[in-house]
Amino acid sequence: MDVFLQQLVNGLSIGSVYALIALGYTMVYGVLRLINFAHSEVFMVGSYVSFFSAQWLGFDAKQPAAFGYGRALLVLVLAMAASALLGVAIERFAYRPLRHARRMTPLITAIGVSILLQNLGILIFGPNPRPFPMIIPEQRYELGGVVVTNIKLLIFVVSAVLMVGLTYLVQKTWTGKAMRAVSTNLNAAKLMGISPNRVIAMTFVIGSALAAAGGILFGLDQAKIEPLMGVLVGLKAFVAAVLGGIGNIAGAAAGGLLIGVAEQLTAGYISADYRDAITFAILIGVLLVKPEGMFGSSKIEKV
Amino acid sequence: MMRGSLVLLLACAVLLSFGCKRKRSGTEDETGPIVIGAYLSMTGSMATFGESSARGAQIAVDEANAKGGLLGRPIELVVLDDQGRSEEVGNAVSRLIDVNGAAAIMGEVASTLSLVAGRICQRRKVPMVSPSSTNTKVTQVGDYVFRACFLDPFQGYAMAKFARENLKLSKVAILKDVRNDYSVGLSKAFYEAFIKLGGQIVAQESYSAGDTEFSAQLTKVKALEPEGLYVPGYYTEVGGIARQARRLGIKGPLMGGDGWESPELRNIGGADIVGSYYSNHFASDAPSDRAQSFIKIWRDKYGTAAPALGALGYDGTLMIIDAIRRANSTEPTKLRDALAATKDLDAVSGKVTLDPNRNPVKPAVVVRVTDDGEVFEAEIPPG
Amino acid sequence: MRWPLRIAIAVGLLILYWGVGYVLEDNIIEYVIRIVLFCGINAILAAGLNLINGTTGQFSIGHAGFMAVGAYTAAWTVMQLELALYGGRTDLALYEVAIVFLPALGLGGLMAALAGVVVGVPSLHLRGDYLAIVTLGFGEIIRLIFNNWPALGGALGYSGDRPLGLSVHTNFFWVASVATLVITLIANFTYSSYGRALESIRDDEIAAEAAGIPTTRFKVLAFVISAASAGVAGGLFAHLQSSIQPNDFKFDKSIDMVVMIILGGLGSVSGAVLGAFFVGLTLELTRDLSEYRLIAYALVLILLMLFRPQGLLGTREVRIWGART
Repeated sequence: MDVFLQQLVNGLSIGSVYALIALGYTMVYGVLRLINFAHSEVFMVGSYVSFFSAQWLGFDAKQPAAFGYGRALLVLVLAMAASALLGVAIERFAYRPLRHARRMTPLITAIGVSILLQNLGILIFGPNPRPFPMIIPEQRYELGGVVVTNIKLLIFVVSAVLMVGLTYLVQKTWTGKAMRAVSTNLNAAKLMGISPNRVIAMTFVIGSALAAAGGILFGLDQAKIEPLMGVLVGLKAFVAAVLGGIGNIAGAAAGGLLIGVAEQLTAGYISADYRDAITFAILIGVLLVKPEGMFGSSKIEKV
Repeated sequence: MMRGSLVLLLACAVLLSFGCKRKRSGTEDETGPIVIGAYLSMTGSMATFGESSARGAQIAVDEANAKGGLLGRPIELVVLDDQGRSEEVGNAVSRLIDVNGAAAIMGEVASTLSLVAGRICQRRKVPMVSPSSTNTKVTQVGDYVFRACFLDPFQGYAMAKFARENLKLSKVAILKDVRNDYSVGLSKAFYEAFIKLGGQIVAQESYSAGDTEFSAQLTKVKALEPEGLYVPGYYTEVGGIARQARRLGIKGPLMGGDGWESPELRNIGGADIVGSYYSNHFASDAPSDRAQSFIKIWRDKYGTAAPALGALGYDGTLMIIDAIRRANSTEPTKLRDALAATKDLDAVSGKVTLDPNRNPVKPAVVVRVTDDGEVFEAEIPPG
Repeated sequence: MRWPLRIAIAVGLLILYWGVGYVLEDNIIEYVIRIVLFCGINAILAAGLNLINGTTGQFSIGHAGFMAVGAYTAAWTVMQLELALYGGRTDLALYEVAIVFLPALGLGGLMAALAGVVVGVPSLHLRGDYLAIVTLGFGEIIRLIFNNWPALGGALGYSGDRPLGLSVHTNFFWVASVATLVITLIANFTYSSYGRALESIRDDEIAAEAAGIPTTRFKVLAFVISAASAGVAGGLFAHLQSSIQPNDFKFDKSIDMVVMIILGGLGSVSGAVLGAFFVGLTLELTRDLSEYRLIAYALVLILLMLFRPQGLLGTREVRIWGART
């Protein structure tokens, strides 16, 4: 039972990171009908920006506790800002010019941007993994046979807070309403006086900032970062978004947690070799059986 | 469009004229440098391995040139990047042979890549020395393929022996990288040896290179209460494994193979990897004079401790240089025979004598990870 | 064109290729021949992928998986046949090689086609973006299967259990002949009424369905053909390399293929071939800049999409005598 609970705890932890990233995918797909392949690299850049900001702010690996929560928070803010900027830039220069092109064109561009950022990362940061600065030093607790760290708790809390915040934003604020309008029908929203460019940019800002937060939490948990860290994580987060119903925020969160847990249980009880395969299997299963995901609604394509 | 196809036609013509066969320079003709070709991963995820090997090779070549070169001619080392991909290995090796006129080939670290190159070298009848590929199959390709390091079966056995006799462990769990033949081979050797020595393997789990989450497997392992953990993978994952193992409360020593060696190991593993052991070809505080002088040259030139792959890059190149000298020729069959006859060569990682399978008979060293490096812990003789 | 003329041309080409191959091997260094062969293999891959991505407009980015299926199947078949027919002999005459190689390549293509059916049937009713991700997923799954298949070498790769590895049968004659065959077949298919149906699916699937074209069936057909050609290319690849590893068929390879066809122009068969040659040549010519290769590819993709989405040739073709339009 201990083993099962441990796997569950670990699964929920990594699942929360997937959920944070999945939100970005789901929001962008909602407004643009585009899989933002480059989102996984925004996640990676968030991690690297925190790495460098921590250093710049004087982080000393030999005395991690001296860094303090104030500066840690500043690192988070810097990373989120940098990622938001990157996300908006990608949208502005790579996606916006193609908004009215054929379906395949922005898809290819998205893949291109993703590969570009991955390899720029390798070029600039070097291909080797780097140790992530423990701006929040890790403390291990044991609760009834299950080991939990303060970082895992932090991941839950931060993810939950951010997701609640996002839901509030989408449901209760004007920006959120505008986002939902653009999601539903871009042209009608334009007629209502909403500027799609602004709303789309906002979507990218929020999604990218969330990915950056995910990046920091992931880095703290794994203690290392590398330029290709976004590839697999991004793919799984995307599957989570699809699982929950693309365009559906609560669905993305639920999907992320589900995938995280499924992954851990598969690796624990079946075989670690199939950890990644289970995600693909889930994706294929969902798309075959209920393509609109758990919480999505069927869309009828009108001619 | 006509322009486009014209350009293409022109490109093909240029390519073909560039490709016309000429006599391989550096072998039959008596002037010009003797070329030793090295194919290594200079980019890609294994770039540190390639870089260390290349540096070691260059030191060997520079030393030989300082002593007047070989057969009255200077030696030139040409290093081509294979990007860590087997497709590129073929291109790199055939380029070294055909374009650079290499008399012998040096490379690689990863056994899968050495196998691809070895087959080409065997077919083209150009001697090849692998500095650090530990898979048995590499030298089985043919009589033109040699190596400078010990084999995985021996390496696994060495660690098993160390675990049983030095660390006095009786129950060990294995965590191997299932996508890496090196890791799988080492774990198999360790498994067989450890059981033969009276120990017990309580669990065998696997992960894949690139994974960052190991808690699932480690949780399973922890429940079986091992006294130690054998993790014969590459350093890229071992650091994370150490952290997550300690985090889950697994207390026994961690052990591994030569794939652990890298300064990044301590960066990622932090305090959790200190005190672990791994088998290697060479300890950077090795006592022998030969090793010490090499270590000093490396430190003067590159400012760091000499890694085992650097020493092996040196040794592999030294084998070629020594063989050319003894054969007094760069003619392939003579060079091959001279290499096969390598005996008591004073190499940095120990004296090299090749057995009939073209593998050296050498001891392994076990080192212990400290805060800022590795220290020599034990030497396991070939057995 | 009448059949007797066709056969005469085919035989003529075979003799030409054999002759050219003979001359090349004696006079051109192996390094350059390798590059040419890779270009040829790329051309087969590109032509096949172009059929589904370009002509039919269904974006698949997992074709490396089909290449893998073809490669492993062909390699295994060659091993078995050579053992059974020739013992361990390695000096085989052309006809002896043909007896072994042709069925192997064919079987490789067939197995890849089957894999294409398995992947295509469930996936091809998905919309563009989803299809891309699913094909990517399947590509990875196929690779993982081979990685965990001990009898085929697993992670160490398959080398036929022989120290010298797989027989190196692939040479100019084989690559040129097979490439000509496959590309001609695909070109003919593209410019037949089937091809027009595929294009209509690309342009407006709902309208095509409404016009009576069984879209899913056609999509699967195009997918299967492209998978088969990837499989054949894989078989040629395996016998150039002397061993194949699952890592040879990573997502990178699928991206290489995509770059080739986009560069050449989605929908143009000769564009795909041009793109393939371009990629293959620049790969080696820019060897010193290999760190920047993927960056360059990515930039090419992005810039092309932004400024010239039709690639080099768009949907135009280079007219070859005898090919119908």
